[in-house]
Amino acid sequence: MDAESATAVRTAVAEQEALISGSEAVAVAAKLADVDVITAYPIRPYDTMMQYVAKQIANGEQDAEYIVAESEHSQFEIAKHANAVGARSLTGSSGVGWCYAFEAIAVTPALRLPMLAMVGNRALDDPGAFGTEHNDALAARDLGWMHVWVDTAQEALDTTLIAYRVAEDRRVFLPCAISTDGAFLTHSQALVKIPPKPWVDEFLPKYDRKELRFHPDNPITIAPQVNEDWLMEIRRQTDEAMRNARGVIRAAYADFGRIFRRGPAVDGGNPFFEEYRTEDAEIVLVGMGTLSMPVKVAIRKLREQGQKVGFVRIRWFRPFDCDGLGKVLSRFAAIGVADRDFSMGSPYNSGVVANEVRAALYNQPKHPPVVSFITGLGGREVTIPGVREMFEHTRKAAEAGTAPNDTQWIGVRA
Amino acid sequence: MGRTVSVEVVYRGIFQTTLAKNICRGIVLAARKEGKIGIAFGRYGDSPQRNGIPAKNFAIVAPDEEELQLSMAQYEPAETDVTINLDDMLCKGVESWAWYGLQPINEKVREHGVLLVTSTLPAPEVVKFCHTRKTPYRLAILPALPSFSGLWVYKDDHTDARVLGALPKLCPELVSPDAMLEAVKEEWKDELKVASARRAYESVAAVTVRPGEGNPEVPYKFELPGWTKMREGVTVDGMTLGEPIKFGDQIGGYRPARNPYFKKYTTRTMRPVIDFDKCIKCTLCWLQCPDSCFDVTPDQTYDLNAEACCGCGVCEAVCPVDGCVTMVNEQAFTDNKSQWEAYKTDKKAYAKWVHAKIGNPPGRSHGFRYKGQYADELAKAGAPPAGRTRAGASGGEG
Repeated sequence: MDAESATAVRTAVAEQEALISGSEAVAVAAKLADVDVITAYPIRPYDTMMQYVAKQIANGEQDAEYIVAESEHSQFEIAKHANAVGARSLTGSSGVGWCYAFEAIAVTPALRLPMLAMVGNRALDDPGAFGTEHNDALAARDLGWMHVWVDTAQEALDTTLIAYRVAEDRRVFLPCAISTDGAFLTHSQALVKIPPKPWVDEFLPKYDRKELRFHPDNPITIAPQVNEDWLMEIRRQTDEAMRNARGVIRAAYADFGRIFRRGPAVDGGNPFFEEYRTEDAEIVLVGMGTLSMPVKVAIRKLREQGQKVGFVRIRWFRPFDCDGLGKVLSRFAAIGVADRDFSMGSPYNSGVVANEVRAALYNQPKHPPVVSFITGLGGREVTIPGVREMFEHTRKAAEAGTAPNDTQWIGVRA
Repeated sequence: MGRTVSVEVVYRGIFQTTLAKNICRGIVLAARKEGKIGIAFGRYGDSPQRNGIPAKNFAIVAPDEEELQLSMAQYEPAETDVTINLDDMLCKGVESWAWYGLQPINEKVREHGVLLVTSTLPAPEVVKFCHTRKTPYRLAILPALPSFSGLWVYKDDHTDARVLGALPKLCPELVSPDAMLEAVKEEWKDELKVASARRAYESVAAVTVRPGEGNPEVPYKFELPGWTKMREGVTVDGMTLGEPIKFGDQIGGYRPARNPYFKKYTTRTMRPVIDFDKCIKCTLCWLQCPDSCFDVTPDQTYDLNAEACCGCGVCEAVCPVDGCVTMVNEQAFTDNKSQWEAYKTDKKAYAKWVHAKIGNPPGRSHGFRYKGQYADELAKAGAPPAGRTRAGASGGEG
């Protein structure tokens, strides 16, 4: 579309505002993206998305196959198979429900099926707990799924559209998990701008599986038995697809900014991570998801007291922007990483993100001390005093020029 | 101190799986008697096994642990000092689940190494089935029917002890005869088995197979593509539709497309011989064949595609006409050519050929079940025959 006609479209339609949760925002994006097949199986907190999709279909707003499976395993398998025949598909789960689907989750990337799953991040039972923790989605971090974390309902909607565009790019064709923090996003409604359909149509091409489409007109066999003569090549192909995703993500955000006039491309930011008050910052915290809210508030308070502090929020965890993040982080005096997850027995007893950050810094000429924190597990609130405590530890590391060898648990009763 | 010695056992999946395992265990245990160290293992890619599918086991014996490490964490050795073939029809080639293409039975045998085959045929007959190669090797025959000592039934016909007994003679570097006999005694606690091993040691002899001797056919093989060339998404092309058959001026019938990468026929120990003059075109063989290996001829009869046939015998069992489809031991054949084309070319010659094949066939092969087998077994045991008897069905389990 040329610039003139694009402007004509833009003036003919306008964005609307709706009060919806992060899960509902994913459902609205699914409607705008004209998703063909949605598979569902209830588990809190993801179920708020499937309920909203059901409502949209019942109200006649959305036309899609809506299949309630008998378990998460089938739920993910059905979405996967629908995706293979060329249907745009959406599914999702939370916590141990996601884990129950794990066999399907594990095999999806090699088959190059670009389905989307919303993960309503939830602690892994037992005990029966449903507060947010990122270990559910992170359990699948190494398998070829793209992983993105959002922190607002608006970002949930926008990122769903972007994720379809990236995943369904022929150079990528990988599944994508959109992580939304349980409760804080899934069960909290905020004002969200709903873009008009023509904008979405301009941004998001039709899903075309091309020569990989499973169809009588294109007879193929998917996933025959292979042995050691084949699997390494298959893994390398998946690896290449994930490498390709980096460039495709950048291009998608640029185009998103052009059409929707918001997002990192418009703000001059990096699609892979958000920087908050980092220009003149001496120390920063790094984290994912909604802990951005108390962190940003604490930063403003600390800055009133003259402390030069900032925040880097990772959006895309896979693919990881190792070089970009490493460059940005290496310029600070110290870095604190707030993990809403754990990795028992890992180096420094850290969470997952802290060790990714350490690895990202390894090839940088400067290695600021990295202080790792575990906080907000099981949905426990990350509080402003808690954030202050993390900044305090990070400041000390900056002064000492070295970080403690162990991870600090913030907000845990001793 | 000696060097590492590798032994390969090629066998029929399920039917001979325990036999192959016992032979490899026996080799390692015997070598241990002399202070050597070894490992015994199955070719991982052959598993899960299926009835009759060619499979492999290995025994590797080294002078010490560090030498042995060179042969560990591998699926198979690069070359063998001895390859043992427990079913002579595997001399036609080995197409397993573990790789693509046809592997000659002598492919791994090092120069002047030994191929030991259990067979009722003499060495010159067995050589005809083996693919030619550029370097000489030695061939030894252990006179025996293919043993049926498999996963479910262990027919203790002493093939295990006899093979083990023959090894020190054929490959003295592997283990001494005394150590081998001691190991056989310890493993089975049976003097008769020790005697069988000793007799095999005393009687076995090898002949040299010179370069160029044997079956000159070039075995089919495939290039494995790199990751940049492979189809993505773990996908392969689906099977296309088949085509009519053209022969002479005749065009008609239907030949289904078949997997060009996996042909299956080395699984076969018997194959159907079809008497086209008797065929009543009932379709049953074509319909019931589990591997779709029958082609519909322009005459509307059914021709065997011998590259696709596993030799299961369902066609013979369902054929309502006596002597129309007859399973014959694979020893009687040297190629996979179309029977119908031979029939169309010269009907008289073909009739003679059919008569020769089914009139005086080699016995039924091991592990092969057929209609009337129970009656045959009873007859052999001295009971009065019951039910239908068949030409060529006298070999029993063989």
